[in-house]
Amino acid sequence: MEKLMADLKAQIIEQLNLQEVKPEDIGDDQPLFKDGLGLDSIDALELIVLLQQHYRIRMANPEDGPKIFHSVRTMAEFITANQPA
Amino acid sequence: MNSINAYTIIRPYKVIRNGEVLTNESAAPMQDFLRRLYDQFAGQYQKFHKMDHLSKLGWLATELLLQDMPMTGYAAEDTALVFANRSASLDTDEKYYQTVSDIASPALFVYTLPNIVTGEISIRHKFKGENAFFVADAFDIPMMTAYAQQLLDTNAARACICGWIEQYHEDFEAVVFLVEKETRGVALPFSAEQVEKLYQS
Repeated sequence: MEKLMADLKAQIIEQLNLQEVKPEDIGDDQPLFKDGLGLDSIDALELIVLLQQHYRIRMANPEDGPKIFHSVRTMAEFITANQPA
Repeated sequence: MNSINAYTIIRPYKVIRNGEVLTNESAAPMQDFLRRLYDQFAGQYQKFHKMDHLSKLGWLATELLLQDMPMTGYAAEDTALVFANRSASLDTDEKYYQTVSDIASPALFVYTLPNIVTGEISIRHKFKGENAFFVADAFDIPMMTAYAQQLLDTNAARACICGWIEQYHEDFEAVVFLVEKETRGVALPFSAEQVEKLYQS
């Protein structure tokens, strides 16, 4: 899980072009949207693309987005539970 | 008489504000040049890095324009934005098209219109006034000045940021003016002749 969360932080920074953010700036449980990392709705779409490109996971229900993309930890938990064998 | 109270010119690889040369570099990739301008004159605006090159260019030109010209005396609806260019958003359109064969990029898609630059400037400065973005082969200065004059003379706006923001691949040019009903700053008369003179400088 720790390795997956570290990978996710680097991928989020690259995919979302967060050029002034370092992986260590993102807390495992820090909210990614609003007052946390400040991501917006376009970033949410990019996170969906990230899941498809890096982990071959398609989100079945977009309404689950806020729960899945709450933090790096919730993303990692979702990937672990849904990664194709 | 409406007045040009500030102006900014960004060209490869020189920046002029109100007649003063702020930066004059030898050739450099545009992306690096814009990043250096951001680091030197702006900073602390994370969304800058997500913008396409056209928006970065227009955003930086406006940022420099307003650095010493606070707009606090205006209501959000008082400031109009009127720009033009030749290549619309073609640079980003091409990049977006390249992604379509795989997974289309949402982040690129949102910049596939040239007037997005007016949106980025509006978000940064909380402007809610009139805005327009024209596409033409060349900077039509008589049309641009007439349009801005009309906005000010009919009280549709009290200030107007207008000019030419062009970018395609490594070619770029931004020439923007702050025009107001009241004089301050460099206080040059706002006319097609004056804009032409500054554009050719």
